[in-house]
Amino acid sequence: MSHDPADHHGHGDHAHGHRHPNQPDHDDTLTYYRKLEMAVRELLIEKNIISADEVRKVVENIESRSPEGGARVVARAWSDPQFKQALLEDATAACASMGFEMALYDVQLTVVENTPDVHNMVVCTLCSCYPRMLLGLPPAWYKSRAYRSRAVREPRAVLREFGLELPDTVSVRVHDSTADLRYLVLPMRPEGTEDMSEAELAAIVNRDSMIGTAVVAAPK
Amino acid sequence: MRAYHDLGGTPAGPIDHDEHALQLWEKRIEALLVLLTRKKILRIDENRRGLESLGSEAYFAASYAERRMLSMSNNLIMKGVISVEALAAKIAEIESRVDPLP
Repeated sequence: MSHDPADHHGHGDHAHGHRHPNQPDHDDTLTYYRKLEMAVRELLIEKNIISADEVRKVVENIESRSPEGGARVVARAWSDPQFKQALLEDATAACASMGFEMALYDVQLTVVENTPDVHNMVVCTLCSCYPRMLLGLPPAWYKSRAYRSRAVREPRAVLREFGLELPDTVSVRVHDSTADLRYLVLPMRPEGTEDMSEAELAAIVNRDSMIGTAVVAAPK
Repeated sequence: MRAYHDLGGTPAGPIDHDEHALQLWEKRIEALLVLLTRKKILRIDENRRGLESLGSEAYFAASYAERRMLSMSNNLIMKGVISVEALAAKIAEIESRVDPLP
């Protein structure tokens, strides 16, 4: 099971020529980097810069965040036109009003809206910047060399690999994130959902539709 | 010249859709970055610059979590938050533990 960009490009498709020694780590292997993490963490605790309890709480907080947060934002935008307008004008403030504080990460959020004519997708070609507070940690493919390289050059081919074929009449806009500016896609509300409550709508919004590599399907 | 981390538009193969769940030590790296940012010891752009100055060899040899850890420790050393000597001594001490993994 591979999880990092180094693993992903070890298939003769890169120009560096060296082998990648790193293997997927298991929690029972004490690699150099695991030792480095332990050492830095313990030194910071000894210096009273952080506490073990704080680390535990932040890990729990990271584990508690998931695409359900973003799905709640999308469902509210679908249900409340005023909120939608506020979200498109100042997503950072609109999300803060729902309890999603970007300030924790020192970042701004922009929400881009899909329409019948425009499909948006998000990448971070330089790194792996991602709206973590709304979607949790990014999936491995988002951080991979292949996605970062190709999303901006051949987005339609990339979308096809995700099973999404868009007609030529739909423009594809690719948004390249930075450390300070993250993007969330507001997917189109599917037909047949007119009678659904905000909570019911949130339940049909999938993670990839908010990255732009999928759409939200109408409920069966 | 294009920097090594600037991958946009460069040739690459198919996308691996395997979803990798992070292990505890990888989540702890993220947690340390959050705490250091919150306490204004490291800024997010310093972390970015740290990743971009690892050099292409280290950047591509390391996994995502590993390169973030390297960038963080380099920054903490550069800023004088921890010393190289203290870090080396701590790593040696961890290696000497009978059962080092928590």
